[in-house]
Amino acid sequence: MKRFARLFAAIDATTRTSVKVAALAAYFADAPDNDRLWTVALFSGRRPRRAVTATRLREWAAERAGLPVWLVEESHPVVGDLAETIALVLPPPERDEDRSLSHWIDVLRDVAKAPEEARKTAVLAAWSAMDTPRRFLFNKLITGSFRVGVSRKLMTRALAQATARDEAELAHRLMGDWTPDNVTWHSLIEAEDPTADASRPYPFCLAHPLEAAPDTLGAPGGWLAEWKWDGIRGQLILRDGAWHLWSRGEELISDAFPEFARAADFLPPGTVIDGEVLAWEGEQPLPFAALQKRIGRKSVPKSVLQQAPAMLYAYDLLEWQGEDIRARPMAERRSILDSLLENLSTDAPIRRSPLLRFETWDDLAAQRATARDRRSEGLMLKQAASPYHAGRRRGDWWKWKLDPFTIDAVMIYAQSGSGRRANLFTDFTFAVWNGNDLVPFTKAYSGLSDEEFAEITRWVSRHTRQRFGPVRQVTPTHVFEIAFEGIQASSRHKSGVALRFPRMARWRKDKPVQEANTLDDLKAMLAAYG
Amino acid sequence: MRDPVLTFTSNGIFCPAGGFYIDPWGRVDRALITHGHSDHARPGHARYLCTEAAAPVIRHRLGDIVLETIAYGEQRRIGDALVSFHPAGHVPGSAQIRVEVSGEIAVVSGDYKTTPDGLCEPFEPVRCHSFVSESTFGLPVFRWRPQAEVAAEIDAWWRDCAAQGVTPLLAAYSFGKAQRLMAMLDPSIGPILTHGAVENTNAVLRAQGLALPQTIQVTPDTKIADHRGALVLAPPSALGTPWARRFGAVSGGFASGWMMLRGIRRRRAVDRGFVVSDHADWDGLNEAIRETGAERVYVTHGYTEIFTRWLNTQGYDAQVVRTEFRGEAGEEDTA
Ligand SMILES: [Zn+2]
Ligand SMILES: [Zn+2]
Repeated sequence: MKRFARLFAAIDATTRTSVKVAALAAYFADAPDNDRLWTVALFSGRRPRRAVTATRLREWAAERAGLPVWLVEESHPVVGDLAETIALVLPPPERDEDRSLSHWIDVLRDVAKAPEEARKTAVLAAWSAMDTPRRFLFNKLITGSFRVGVSRKLMTRALAQATARDEAELAHRLMGDWTPDNVTWHSLIEAEDPTADASRPYPFCLAHPLEAAPDTLGAPGGWLAEWKWDGIRGQLILRDGAWHLWSRGEELISDAFPEFARAADFLPPGTVIDGEVLAWEGEQPLPFAALQKRIGRKSVPKSVLQQAPAMLYAYDLLEWQGEDIRARPMAERRSILDSLLENLSTDAPIRRSPLLRFETWDDLAAQRATARDRRSEGLMLKQAASPYHAGRRRGDWWKWKLDPFTIDAVMIYAQSGSGRRANLFTDFTFAVWNGNDLVPFTKAYSGLSDEEFAEITRWVSRHTRQRFGPVRQVTPTHVFEIAFEGIQASSRHKSGVALRFPRMARWRKDKPVQEANTLDDLKAMLAAYG
Repeated sequence: MRDPVLTFTSNGIFCPAGGFYIDPWGRVDRALITHGHSDHARPGHARYLCTEAAAPVIRHRLGDIVLETIAYGEQRRIGDALVSFHPAGHVPGSAQIRVEVSGEIAVVSGDYKTTPDGLCEPFEPVRCHSFVSESTFGLPVFRWRPQAEVAAEIDAWWRDCAAQGVTPLLAAYSFGKAQRLMAMLDPSIGPILTHGAVENTNAVLRAQGLALPQTIQVTPDTKIADHRGALVLAPPSALGTPWARRFGAVSGGFASGWMMLRGIRRRRAVDRGFVVSDHADWDGLNEAIRETGAERVYVTHGYTEIFTRWLNTQGYDAQVVRTEFRGEAGEEDTA
């Protein structure tokens, strides 16, 4: 695993993407097949399942290091990562065995199946054969928490450099539900027919948020506009008499949405549609919360199917009559899609996402202003002449969202971050007033600059009232503007509401605590938009 | 019951029998100073006492002060207290301060490290009843590798940069860490260029007789092309400033004990983190405390609460001593 540890260190040490890609390409060029296959798997989020709980690992490490468990636990928030904490507290290795990455993955998958005593023996043996960097990676893998600061896109680019293959073709090959158990390096990367797998989806085309005014995009005539809904981005594949539904996270979610089985009754095989999966009521989408009951399901109870049936809101056609048409212009793909869906029965679980009519950008802005009343998040703008890109590419697809909801809230708890931010307080709990009480209603982690995080960290350190493990209760002093994308009722939260994508929009140093918003303000938002 | 040798006041550590403070803040009449770092040697006191070896840097930093010096091991009576200074192994001139009052002995460690670094006076354990220990790295995740291994790692990086035509820019605290690095790296690789802040300290230390390798100060006229294969040594505050831009393509390095932690390495956003600390690691702290033979340990400066709890499980009577706020891990450049 030394080679893999060197690769990880090289990637981890730099913020420059060119250096990361070069390190990966060098690794892919000469690592053994099993190791590079596992590396592609790991870097595309195909982690082995957790083999040992964090609690056990902590206990075993403490025992090996001759330290009390509490001391390892107290060190964890300082380090910010359990796998790293354990790697660091262990005594130096007894021997140095350089086994391959795939060897250690086999070991930890065996560990997952073994009885407790054997697990411990295997893990202790592994630790005593590795130095700190390899222990860290092994611990990451065994706790199922391996992550790396390289996007799928960069990995694909490195793979293209190392194999002299086309990047887009590789991106397509890497889609789908393969694992290192059911493919080989050769079948995944090098074999002749990349579409051999009938379930394989296309890489999703992703949009950038539009920050500037839309007239910076040029004449409105070259653009298509439609409503943007908050659902699950999905790709519906009809091939060879079978159907598959993929999420943007490349999860096969067919089981959670059995209603799409009927799509094959209405559409021909050799069709792949890109759209938004929404819960549907009458002819209206339901809020995202209605889909939450589906996430991670292997089967869906009848009641859920009746209360919140799912619909694919179709906006693009990627494959038609068995042909990949992604290179054709958006407007052309759209018109084929329209003709395909035009006279579709309302029994079909598919709706066409209508194109909005507009002459000027002002026209469109006026329509966008009504989005919230339609339970839409805003608009999507797509260049009529553009192909369907793989991944996030600036310029052709834009999301022109509504401004977020905001509320002014009081910070009452702080917790240090992890990883890069292990030594800063970055995780905060916010509250609103209910009479004279502060009621917590959300957490938020992001939105401040590094300088602001450093400043609030110094403040928290000096104004801690009480500690609960890593959490500090602070004197209510600071007001933050919390921005969020949606609000829904929640029985799991004391406040009765749950927010979607909350973040700190601004540190309101100008506002005294007394002027923060109230629970009634939140409830009013819930009544209007929940 | 007798008065304790040391008490802990809002100005810092105080010896009632001798009427002096050790590394105080605020303004006091008489200050005994362990070493020249700015969190220990502060301006504003009426009279100072430090080791002969620490005096030049302290004068250089604090300007016109009333300063007396003392040799390592020399005993001096101040009021009813007997005082002596002993090497702390932290930076040149650094001392632990031993205070004896009617047979009761307390030692204030200041900052210390137990392994020799080839530059400053090696740490000497001092027997005592009460020991005031720093705990900057008082967690079992901090364990340093031998200096020679880290030196080889930095040398390899330097060679690699030289081969690629990139300038290695190594950030390190300008007093102590910088000179230690100069002394431990391989001078055959290339010249060492220094930032003015480092060079000023070099000049003070050379003037007091410390043998430091040759260095070249960077000036507005310095052209990096004239110094092939050079390594640049600068304080962390110089990274990412216009000053650093003159070196063209650089590889940034940072030398600190905090580089042990991945999160902090990544936050620093340098290309390379090197674990070089002038503080004792976990094993060093535990060993040093054991060797004092002390029953009571006062813990300052670092992971005080956790380290105190640990010492109590090890049979010491340990307690936390609050010092002035210093921020969370990683904010102190001297580490
Ligand atoms: Zn110091
Ligand atoms: Zn210090």
